[in-house]
Amino acid sequence: MDWNLLITQVLNGLQLGLLLFLLASGLTLIFGIMDFINLSHGSFYMIGAYFCGTVVSMSGSLLSGIVVGLICTFAIGAAVEWFIARRLYRSDHLDHVLVTFGLILVFDTLVHMVWGAAGMAIPLPEVLNGQVSLGTLVLPTYRLVIIMSGLLVAAILYIMVSKTRLGMLIRAGASNRTMVEALGVNINKLFLIVFAIGATMSGFAGMLIAPITEASIGMGNEIIIIAFVVVIVGGIGSIKGAFYAALIIGLMDTLGRSYLDDVLELSMPTKYAETAAPALSAMLVYILMAVVLAFRPQGLFPPAGSK
Amino acid sequence: MKIIPKLVGSALLATAMAGAGMAQADSVKIGFVTTLTTPAGVIGADIQDAVNLALEHIDNKMGSLDVELIMEDDGFKPDIGKQKTDKLVKQDDVDFVVGYIWSHVLLASMKSALDAGKFLISANAGPSKIAGELCHENFFSTSWQNDQTPMAMGEYLSQQGVKSLYIMAPNYAAGKDMVAGVEKTFKGNVVGKDFTKWGADAQLDFSAELAKAKASGAEGIFIFYPGKAGGAFIKQYQQAGLQGVMPLYTVFTVDAIALPKLQAGGLEGVLGSKMTQFWSPDLDIAANKKFVDGFLAKYDRYPSFYAAQAYDSIMLIKSAVEAVDGNLGDMDGLRAAMKAADYDSVRGKYTYGNNHMPIQNFYLREVVKDDQGRWTTKIVSTVLENHQDPYAAECAL
Amino acid sequence: MRILPRTVSATVYTGFLVLLAIAPWIFSVIDEPFYLDLLSRGLILAVAALSLNLILGYGGMVSLGHAAYIGIGAYCVGIPAYYDFYNGWLHLGLTVLVSGLFALVTGAICLRTKGVYFIMITLAFSQMVYFTFVSLEEYGGDDGLVIYLRSEFPTWLSMDSPVALYYWIFTVLLITLFFIHRLVHARFGRVIVGSRFNEDRMQSLGYSTYRYRLSCYVISGVICGIAGMLLGNFTSFISPEMMGWTRSGELIFMVVMGGAGTLFGPLVGTAAFVFLEEFLSRITIYWHLIFGLMLIALVLFGKGGIHGWLSAFDSEEERG
Repeated sequence: MDWNLLITQVLNGLQLGLLLFLLASGLTLIFGIMDFINLSHGSFYMIGAYFCGTVVSMSGSLLSGIVVGLICTFAIGAAVEWFIARRLYRSDHLDHVLVTFGLILVFDTLVHMVWGAAGMAIPLPEVLNGQVSLGTLVLPTYRLVIIMSGLLVAAILYIMVSKTRLGMLIRAGASNRTMVEALGVNINKLFLIVFAIGATMSGFAGMLIAPITEASIGMGNEIIIIAFVVVIVGGIGSIKGAFYAALIIGLMDTLGRSYLDDVLELSMPTKYAETAAPALSAMLVYILMAVVLAFRPQGLFPPAGSK
Repeated sequence: MKIIPKLVGSALLATAMAGAGMAQADSVKIGFVTTLTTPAGVIGADIQDAVNLALEHIDNKMGSLDVELIMEDDGFKPDIGKQKTDKLVKQDDVDFVVGYIWSHVLLASMKSALDAGKFLISANAGPSKIAGELCHENFFSTSWQNDQTPMAMGEYLSQQGVKSLYIMAPNYAAGKDMVAGVEKTFKGNVVGKDFTKWGADAQLDFSAELAKAKASGAEGIFIFYPGKAGGAFIKQYQQAGLQGVMPLYTVFTVDAIALPKLQAGGLEGVLGSKMTQFWSPDLDIAANKKFVDGFLAKYDRYPSFYAAQAYDSIMLIKSAVEAVDGNLGDMDGLRAAMKAADYDSVRGKYTYGNNHMPIQNFYLREVVKDDQGRWTTKIVSTVLENHQDPYAAECAL
Repeated sequence: MRILPRTVSATVYTGFLVLLAIAPWIFSVIDEPFYLDLLSRGLILAVAALSLNLILGYGGMVSLGHAAYIGIGAYCVGIPAYYDFYNGWLHLGLTVLVSGLFALVTGAICLRTKGVYFIMITLAFSQMVYFTFVSLEEYGGDDGLVIYLRSEFPTWLSMDSPVALYYWIFTVLLITLFFIHRLVHARFGRVIVGSRFNEDRMQSLGYSTYRYRLSCYVISGVICGIAGMLLGNFTSFISPEMMGWTRSGELIFMVVMGGAGTLFGPLVGTAAFVFLEEFLSRITIYWHLIFGLMLIALVLFGKGGIHGWLSAFDSEEERG
């Protein structure tokens, strides 16, 4: 057993998990509080990356790119809530799926028109482009930055949700929306803020990953389905659930990709293991979700007191 | 809608033309199927530019006939590709169906074009089936068969005495063809192999695989990642600190579409990396100079190999149309003329095998800076001369 | 039985069916054989949309995995054809058996859940099927399989010419329409629709709603499988791409665009979808923008889909 490799893979899994958490936490709040299915949540992931990339290529500063990107995704998220989502909170889920799929097409095509079909590379400052040595372990610096940033946002979110008045309302909204409305809280404002913060976190995740994978059209559509799986597995409306489920799925996916073929080779010829392993590792998250839904439909960590 | 006048018109025409023979056509109709939407649309855009340049270079004329070009977008989907091919064949009644970036779109569409008695020219996709059991007298390729380019790479690696290799490719048919190709000619030891998830939600984060590759201690890493995955891979390869430790060998990954982006991203790691290809922008041939200089002048960037193949496809058709003096009904004459490949290809002279796949040279290319500082590729040596694909024997033609 | 339809919407639909019946003749007169292909594909998708409508529109079960059945049906043609078995009855029988069995097993699990959980679990199963076929290298992986010959039936049922195939598809469509019409107006349909609105009430009336819903799910899966079998024959080429989740999403739009829970809604919705896809894409490569805006407008302003607009012309007492 190569322990260095295992530790590297666990950190890689952690990184994927934290990215998923950034997406899923917003998704689960929008879902839990507004009962709104937002397929276009991944569009903010893409938009954030493109805005950030544009500013970085103009100014050369990653930090200013991220700040501008965060502001833009917050504004666009708020606009989507204001003009579209807000009219549909009382419609059924089918309408949400249709409208937000329409939004995906609109955002994808707009990005195509503005930035072209080619992806956009985001250069990293020299300090982040290297590697860090920890004993015999050598890791890409930027991967550690992603992990740190993810943990930081998770911590901020935790404090906000558990310690502030806004967080109290969010928690209350996720458990029992009618009650919050009955207490005379300005529910419209709460929804607007939650939606826009969710969009911002999604955009932030996009900005974090783009220096590795490039910004590209439809990059959010690829990850949003997995983020939905995280939300379902964790329990709708539960930030804690989203956190644990994101880490489980991130680790499962990464470790599956690295070790599944070795495991399968124990029981079948190499030729078949080589074919079966990628298929099975792609399926793993869906198998997990199907099992959770069949035996614990409310998810692993449903929000306290929810129906 | 034009349906009503058309209804009346075609009824009149039918009476007028009853018994009369078909009039000689005054234009060559070329239907071109490529991908213009989705992120892969960037390849289609490059191809479209090359086709337009080719038409400009020939003044939109083939012999005495005008060229009528109809571009269609397959949306990266096999069934849409087939539908567009049907449209070109049945509605537009084109003489040549050309294009096809993707193997699955080509396989889905070939029956529509060939059953209708049209010529089908692949300007990129080269799945083994079409070279072998499915070969057809009216099918031609201006590109290559999938296995050839990686076979050239395997050959080069063996020549260099590379003893151990780590291999990565996407988990789909072309990915497996590429890996099979390099394994056919590489004589060293393959110490690790990863097929990663591909398709609409393709895997772009290769951290797990790169960690494995690094731990394997291989002398080199061979990859095939077309499109955006290629750029993503190279970034991570550099960030993982493999540059200088484990040399990078690629096929169809580092091309003129990826290089400007890699340069913008400051990914110096790709400079000096080696790949094999049938063509390169610096190939010293008059036709290629005209093509590359024209492309640079018109679009201010280097053409990709996709563009080169598309440019050639127009030139191939032109040579055939001129050989039969514009008599497009002469299918046998057109076929014989195309089979002769008697035109100034940007890759230089090549011939067609029995399966109508090119028998051509494969070169080793290296990523370099040109005199203006732009990143491009340069030929280092010829790896395979007049190479024929391994499936030609399976073709009954 | 009345000879003349009474409402505006019924008149439109009757006219539409008559047009479909003579479409091959029209297209041969105007010499546009391509439109027959377009229409054939549209009608196959319409059969799939009708099957989805059975569970989605009537039963309230929103499946985001229905394209899996199209794929299963298509591979039930492709895999036997790969081994040179071209018998059409074999293909049809296999399609019914495999898609029915798959619907039974997955449905038994999926129907334990409701609402958005149902959406996600159907997605999960269809993704598993998708990745399975992607990894089946013997059958082409994601490069897919070319089908050299269409399913072989007795001469009077042959699918070999485009017109014959078209009438095959049209007949399947008519049978499906008739079957669904009878089904939803029988007690079975009332239980399905009833349990969509109030499952407890139907249970207290003594119906095992789970069994009814499962039967409905299996029927829907089989019909969709048959649509897949037709699609495999039509395109002569199959690949896992046919069952990706975006394809399932498109089926939902076809149903909702036409009008969910109405007999003809999915048919006109599919027709509109295929028409837009073909002709918008000829105008501009940015046609997805127009399409997306239309979807948004449809939900925000156009309640009830195309069927809803048409029945707005029907007089008050005739609606319903």
